[in-house]
Amino acid sequence: MRVPILKQHDFLIASVQVGLIDAEWQQLRDDLSRKVGDYRSFGVIVDISSLDVLDSYATRTLRSIAYIAALRGAKTVIVGIQPDVAYSMVRLGLTLENIETALDLEDGLSILSAARKGGAGPE
Amino acid sequence: MANGTAAGGANITQELVSNFKRERDSLRRQWVAQMTAQDYLAGLTSEEIESESATIYDTCVGCLETGSYEGAEEYALRMAERGVLRGMTTEQIIGGLLVLRDVYGRSLFRWYQQDMQKLSGALDTYEPVANKILAIVALAFIQEKERVVRQQQEAIRELSTPVLQVRDKMLVLPIIGMIDSQRARQLTEQLLIAVKENRAKVVIVDVTGVPAVDSKVANHLLQTIDAARLMGARAIITGLSPDVAQALVSIGVDVLRFNAVGNLQGGIEEADRILGYKIVVGPE
Repeated sequence: MRVPILKQHDFLIASVQVGLIDAEWQQLRDDLSRKVGDYRSFGVIVDISSLDVLDSYATRTLRSIAYIAALRGAKTVIVGIQPDVAYSMVRLGLTLENIETALDLEDGLSILSAARKGGAGPE
Repeated sequence: MANGTAAGGANITQELVSNFKRERDSLRRQWVAQMTAQDYLAGLTSEEIESESATIYDTCVGCLETGSYEGAEEYALRMAERGVLRGMTTEQIIGGLLVLRDVYGRSLFRWYQQDMQKLSGALDTYEPVANKILAIVALAFIQEKERVVRQQQEAIRELSTPVLQVRDKMLVLPIIGMIDSQRARQLTEQLLIAVKENRAKVVIVDVTGVPAVDSKVANHLLQTIDAARLMGARAIITGLSPDVAQALVSIGVDVLRFNAVGNLQGGIEEADRILGYKIVVGPE
């Protein structure tokens, strides 16, 4: 399934609803890195609250999404990691270090908005 | 015995069983008397002694007769359950059975002392059964004790890991007592669920009540911090005692990842700062 990417003003929101195979994660990464440039987005939110497992490939892809977006001038927040997922991730040593995380979409949006206000832009 | 050796084993069993049944009352009284002498029956009423000793005696003879130990296993479990509940010691139970074993053994000598060959045949038949019964009872007791210990551990565990909300978006997790892997796992899970339910942004893990921290526990704490961060919450560790701090440094844990603050008060102040709360002392 191709993950839909929603544009919300300056932000892009990708909500992963079902478990993805590796190729679909790649697809998501490619789509996001392209759209960040197309829409000149300020921030990217990847919502994985519907997932109850996250393997090492998915974690690596999330990390590369964040790094690619950073290189393209956007800040990434991973939101909605469930308690079980968080615990199994740290047990596997997958900690998404240096990447912003938030409880849910709402918190993710407020982190990005705060970062936007902190910048030089109007508002 | 005219039937030869093949039937010898079965015959001797039969003979033993019928002997034990015939002398049931006198042997049982002997047994109870010896147990009373050794004070194994403290805390039991005379009716209990009567019925219990009869049941145990018959169960043992039944095992010998049928060669099946199901009855003994079942009875041992029930006895263990009641025994542990009423505070009977293992010494009482095992001691009592050892006495019974002696009583049976003595009677074998009494019956067959004229015929050494028959005596050794009888012992060959009787001893494995007696040993097996003892093993079953001992095992049942140990299992029952272990079950009780597990149950209590469970209870302590549930009591000892509260997750407290002290302000909006701020949780405190006071840890008291030793942390083992299972408890660490449970702590982490409870913490993460609480983070989700309370929408917490800062979690203060207070380890003032933890007497010792080894590298395993330190790693568990680090995992907890990382997992909380994945859910968008910052963890602060408070109350690391001088000894614990020294131990952590000397075993080479990556201590800077702890976000440690001296004590719980400092932790709450730090959390206030992160969340933007300001404490204002008003006029009286």
